[in-house]
Amino acid sequence: MSASHEKPVFKNGMVRWVDDRLPVVTVMYNAIGPGHPTPKNLSYWWNFGSLAGLMLGLQIITGIVLAMHYNPSAAEAFNSVEHIMRDVNFGWFLRYAHANGASMFFIVVYIHIFRGLYYGSYKSPRELLWMLGVVILLCMMATAFMGYVLPWGQMSFWGAKVITGLFGAIPLVGEPLQIWLLGGFAPDNASLNRFFSLHFLLPFVIAAVIILHIWALHIPGSSNPTGVEVKSESDTVPFHPYYTAKDGFGLGVFLILYCLMLFFLPNALGHPDNYIPANPMSTPAHIVPEWYFWPFYAILRAFTADFFFIPAKLMGVLAMFSAILVWFFLPWLDNSPVRSGNYRPLFRKFFWFGLLPCVLVLGYCGGAPAEEPFVMISQIATAYYFLHFLVILPIVSSVEKPEPLPYSITESVLGSDDKATLASGN
Amino acid sequence: MAIQTMKTALLAFGLTVGLASGVGLASGPALAAGEEVDLINEHFHHEGPFGAFDKAAVQRGYQVFTTVCASCHGAKYLAFRNLGEIGYTEDQIKAMASQYTVTDGPNDDGEMFDRPAIASDYFPSPYPNEKAARAANGGAYPPDLSLITKAREHGTDYVYSLMVGYEEAPADVTIGEGMYYNAYFAGHQIGMPQPLYGDDVTYQDGSSSDIHQEAHDVVSFLHWLAEPKLEERKRTGIKAMIFLVIFSGIFYAYKRRVWADLH
Repeated sequence: MSASHEKPVFKNGMVRWVDDRLPVVTVMYNAIGPGHPTPKNLSYWWNFGSLAGLMLGLQIITGIVLAMHYNPSAAEAFNSVEHIMRDVNFGWFLRYAHANGASMFFIVVYIHIFRGLYYGSYKSPRELLWMLGVVILLCMMATAFMGYVLPWGQMSFWGAKVITGLFGAIPLVGEPLQIWLLGGFAPDNASLNRFFSLHFLLPFVIAAVIILHIWALHIPGSSNPTGVEVKSESDTVPFHPYYTAKDGFGLGVFLILYCLMLFFLPNALGHPDNYIPANPMSTPAHIVPEWYFWPFYAILRAFTADFFFIPAKLMGVLAMFSAILVWFFLPWLDNSPVRSGNYRPLFRKFFWFGLLPCVLVLGYCGGAPAEEPFVMISQIATAYYFLHFLVILPIVSSVEKPEPLPYSITESVLGSDDKATLASGN
Repeated sequence: MAIQTMKTALLAFGLTVGLASGVGLASGPALAAGEEVDLINEHFHHEGPFGAFDKAAVQRGYQVFTTVCASCHGAKYLAFRNLGEIGYTEDQIKAMASQYTVTDGPNDDGEMFDRPAIASDYFPSPYPNEKAARAANGGAYPPDLSLITKAREHGTDYVYSLMVGYEEAPADVTIGEGMYYNAYFAGHQIGMPQPLYGDDVTYQDGSSSDIHQEAHDVVSFLHWLAEPKLEERKRTGIKAMIFLVIFSGIFYAYKRRVWADLH
């Protein structure tokens, strides 16, 4: 039952021959096979890492085929997307799978991150693992933003204009930088071509960082809902078949949701204006990014007044990026020796009644027009967001009295010391 | 512990949703430019997970489109060959296409020339370019209708409402030069004169051609035009769902068996 760290012996002679010369099979065996001991108490919240990996794979596959039919020129981009939708065999499937896939990818990754936030997955010795995850999120955001520009609809164009305009807020170099990024004064052919090139490149960068992320994961192994580290082999089960089976079931449920969107509500998460070809002469009534950027968009727009010599726009840009950059410092902002929110009564209250509603409210305001009361609500929520990470979390972690931790994972699973002792054979 | 966490999570989520929707309701009118108008909720045959196009309605809608809309609006992604998908035969398509003239060329003398359209041609636009369209329509640009039902919020209901929403302007509203009052257009002033009055076409299948039927039919056609793979998409979706439910079931059973010795 327990995983062994010795080199596996393969029955198949061919596999053995290859593995002796290039031990790829051993690597897989130890990464996602029986050779990877995993805490036996992982809940379904731990399914989202493998789902995120799967989504990256699906996005790359659908994206590569779409790129075979797409034409990244300002004059033809919109037409070529309609060509894919109408004339390419199963082109509608590829495009809807890719567009909704981006949304599903973000849903999965946001749940994965909130799992990490609640269970303290960022704490020692997993700080680098966590920080690599934040890097992946940043790369994903850049990729998704540039991907949304490619159909060259109204929201593509105006979204590109607003987001690249953020760089214009940087003092001194802002404006030349913006022109350099776009290859012109406004989004045009040059911008579209480079966005396409980078949109194709970045997923492979993400894949490389994911390899580091998984590598860093395999040093301490997975965290778990108790936050108590693995103490003995009886706390673990081999990844395969236990978690391949559990991930497989989770995958099925996830794909049902994904396919419901893809086949029955393919445009529900998109903006109708993006079915209007890009028109530099006509500004849409409300320029909104895709839903997964809404919380950050709300933070950006929360800054409405200049502060002495600092323009509001610059503060908004800095706050928006800081909202994610603050996660890099999380391992040091949260000093509690206890990992899991399950044993942290005060932390738990601030997580469920503070941080989570705050982010959802920010998301709602980011999708709403920049009017009252949304601006004021965004300002309050933005203030609370930073308050949570920079003030509440450090204070909570020093004043809180954690609930008693189980001695081991096995004890937490079996409920009492007696049984745990029996089970571990001591 | 886990149950307590779940309860707390649900409570927090409920509170948030309640709060957010409260905010949304309180500020509903602020969302629209001017007042909020409820669109007419027209039922179309293509709605729902199993809904397919009503081909007779789509064909009638094509007749309305060619007779009325196409004098000002283009449909540049519509090729005559596509009409096979809504039930026309190859001979019918050839005959319908040949009524239109397209510019082809250059020929061996380097000249552009006009010829009757064939099945592989695209539906000709009424104006050579946007400037010409604006010049002919008092500065307003009649948009291409290929994607119109997807390019508007609640597109099918919106276009239907727009078609039947022309009214006498209320006494306190002043209508600009060359503008018309429409109950469902943002700001109520639209540059497009009322396109449908009823009996604008004589349906070959003998259906009533009152304004509601014409509007219903033309929207059915426009939605087919915007989303021609809708039926293929839903059919594939049903198969995918059946497969995935079985896939998940098998994996659930497998997972239960694998974990059984631990519980």
